[in-house]
Amino acid sequence: MTVEDQRGGNSANEKMFPVGMRVLAVDDDPICLKVLETLLRKCQYEVTTTNQAVTALELLRENRNKYDLVISDVNMPDMDGFKLLELVGLEMDLPVIMLSSHGDKEFVYKGITHGAVDYLLKPVRLEELKNIWQHVIRRKKWCPKDQNRSPNRDKGGDGAGEGEQGATSNGSADQNGKGNRKRKDQDEEDEDEGEDGNENEESGNQKKPRVVWSVELHQKFVSAVNQLGLDKAVPKKILDLMNVDGLTRENVASHLQKFRLYLKRLSCGANQQPNMVAAFGAKDSSYLRMGSLDGFGDFRSVHGSGQLSATSLSSYPPGSLLGRLNSPGGLTLQGASSALLQSGHSRSLNNSLNTLGKLQPGLVQTNRGSTNLFQGISSALEPKPSQFKSMNHIGDFNGKGDATSFTIASCFPDVKVTIGGLSNTISSATNNPQMLHVNPQQIQTRRSLATQSSLSMPSLNQESFDVGVRGSSNFLDHSRCDNNWQGAVQLSTFPSNSLPLGEPFRHDPLPTSTRRDNISSTTSHIVNPLDFSSSGSLTVPLDMQGQADLVGNIFHNTNYTSKNRWGESSQNYNPCLNGQFGSMSQSMEQRKRFDASVLGQSNSGTQSMFQHLEAENSALDPKMMSNEEFLLEQTKPPNGFVQNNYDSLDDMVNAMIKRV
Amino acid sequence: MLGWGVDRLRADMSRLLAILFHQGVLDEQFLQLQQLQDESSPNFVSEVVNIYFHESEKLFTKSQGPTCKTDGYCDCRLDREFSDYKKMGIHLNQFMGSSSSIGANRVRNVCVAFRAASEQNNRAGCLRALELLEHEYCYLKNKLHELFQMEQQRVLAAGARYPLQQQQQQQH
Repeated sequence: MTVEDQRGGNSANEKMFPVGMRVLAVDDDPICLKVLETLLRKCQYEVTTTNQAVTALELLRENRNKYDLVISDVNMPDMDGFKLLELVGLEMDLPVIMLSSHGDKEFVYKGITHGAVDYLLKPVRLEELKNIWQHVIRRKKWCPKDQNRSPNRDKGGDGAGEGEQGATSNGSADQNGKGNRKRKDQDEEDEDEGEDGNENEESGNQKKPRVVWSVELHQKFVSAVNQLGLDKAVPKKILDLMNVDGLTRENVASHLQKFRLYLKRLSCGANQQPNMVAAFGAKDSSYLRMGSLDGFGDFRSVHGSGQLSATSLSSYPPGSLLGRLNSPGGLTLQGASSALLQSGHSRSLNNSLNTLGKLQPGLVQTNRGSTNLFQGISSALEPKPSQFKSMNHIGDFNGKGDATSFTIASCFPDVKVTIGGLSNTISSATNNPQMLHVNPQQIQTRRSLATQSSLSMPSLNQESFDVGVRGSSNFLDHSRCDNNWQGAVQLSTFPSNSLPLGEPFRHDPLPTSTRRDNISSTTSHIVNPLDFSSSGSLTVPLDMQGQADLVGNIFHNTNYTSKNRWGESSQNYNPCLNGQFGSMSQSMEQRKRFDASVLGQSNSGTQSMFQHLEAENSALDPKMMSNEEFLLEQTKPPNGFVQNNYDSLDDMVNAMIKRV
Repeated sequence: MLGWGVDRLRADMSRLLAILFHQGVLDEQFLQLQQLQDESSPNFVSEVVNIYFHESEKLFTKSQGPTCKTDGYCDCRLDREFSDYKKMGIHLNQFMGSSSSIGANRVRNVCVAFRAASEQNNRAGCLRALELLEHEYCYLKNKLHELFQMEQQRVLAAGARYPLQQQQQQQH
């Protein structure tokens, strides 16, 4: 049996398993360690304990086959628990369970994205420990299978792969390995639920080849599905049609499942702002309310790879898109998302653009300026100080030559066009796969909206824009965008601004900090063109949240800002925002800070905030905000958000930039 | 006579435990610890609790020389200056983890509040939480000591029974 093959030294009899399972427990707290040891012994496991992470590593390196499972505390003095987790996953491919006294969502998220198979809270109960052997079995069951596959298989489930992977699934093993590592570093990808069966949750597991659903691959997939007809599309046939090396039926099956979910979401979530919000919150990227490829975005998020190409969009019924567009002005640029963003593959962008172009007519209907533009497309466009560079980028991407779409881009100045090929959205490219289809006409109005996620709020446009932008180094762009946005905001109040919601861009491998920056910048300018000179201040708070909260935060902020500051700004979004964003697990404090920062009203606070955020930021690894998370949390408007204690947004922005 | 003492001790212990559970000082985790105590580890609960007290003492001592330097990277954990919120947070986390592991419910709750206050850099809140923490900790310590004393007496009393019984048996 594989178990024995892999764990050569497995002393436990197969039949007796889990009795005798060998566990290594690491915790610097002697009390917890002792209790844990006793509990594990009670479960009849073989327990080895150590209170030092380095010792644990030594023990593991000495003989990896001596252990079946590792349980590790998160907070340890000599080494961060997450780091240990990564190393163990990388080197030894052992399942690791994290243990912590508090279950803050961000920590849990971090744990899971770093590859933990489980996250337990102290005090650990016997019942929980009785079940931990399942992780061992799961790993053994799937690992050999994956390893037998061609090394080219790189699962893009982590979404992290989107940008950096860029490569097709046929990438070399090295590439996969590197990609995995990079992906892991960039992290944040939320593991797709659908992938459970096929792949290990641990993203960092180098040994497990994963399929990266790159834009091209997905296009192939979509065309195959279209050929067969959605109803008749079975994995086997799709696989045959796609004719891709190293792809297995299981990969296709799980991808198909996600695709279907995405489509469902597309059709269900139309026309409702709350939908959008919900969408955003939902992993599925329903965030793209904007009628446009919400589903697509969802799909991406579900997919985890965030590499849905625009082409996939084309497969979606335009009608649904249109419907969506109404409210948010749903420009959703899809496909290009992370992949585009990250790698700036013009190819994919073109593709996506093309797709978008097709969709555009349908999309045009949305009047609101909510341009979901490119939320996800962050990296695709490099942040340039020039305001309209985004346009340029878009132009590059716009294979189809859809000038109209680009006009929108022009609206958004620096916006790091996350468009990833979506001409419309200036979205600061957070890898969100959001595809914003921007109607040319809409674009005009939308300019300000450019925010990726069609934020219903007109003012939000900017914000959303930023939000979408999140991501990546576009932080700089944000600041610039802010400037631009200010003008844009004035252009029109787009109630439907779909919040760019970093959410859809969950797959965004971009570090959360960047994302945050983006968001903050967006929020900043949306709130008040006047107020936010620099989006940077906003971004700061974003960092704090790092994760999906961005979107949520942004929304919050926008809500607040709009509410507080600009009574005149359409309050449309407020309700939208509130409803839409699920509660993001971000700590309230963070959110508050974020809000405060968003307001960016006073520059005084920024400096302090920045520092504070920085500290916090350092604590958090960059994470991709999962779409779900974005919308998930909805924090009540912080009272203090109207803090005008930022010394200078510019300072903050600068600081942020440096940080970034 | 001794037997009677044993029973009474046992009753007293049960009553004390009931009170502590009722007050929320202890929770079911403590029960689980008791369940883990068996022939292979007869003094498990008291051992764990003693370690807990020993470790926690360090948290409350002020930075006065070597007594406080346990891990070397922080000299004063929960002092009143709250100089370093981050470090405090780290210590608090550990304290929270160990408190919850032994079932010290109230202590753990205060830790949570303390942590929240420190994250917000709320000095007043931290001060208040620290006071409360010390209070709860002392209370817990006293009660648990009492409990263990009773346990020891009970064991002694029960042990003293056997010789008596043997004598009685021999007599019969």
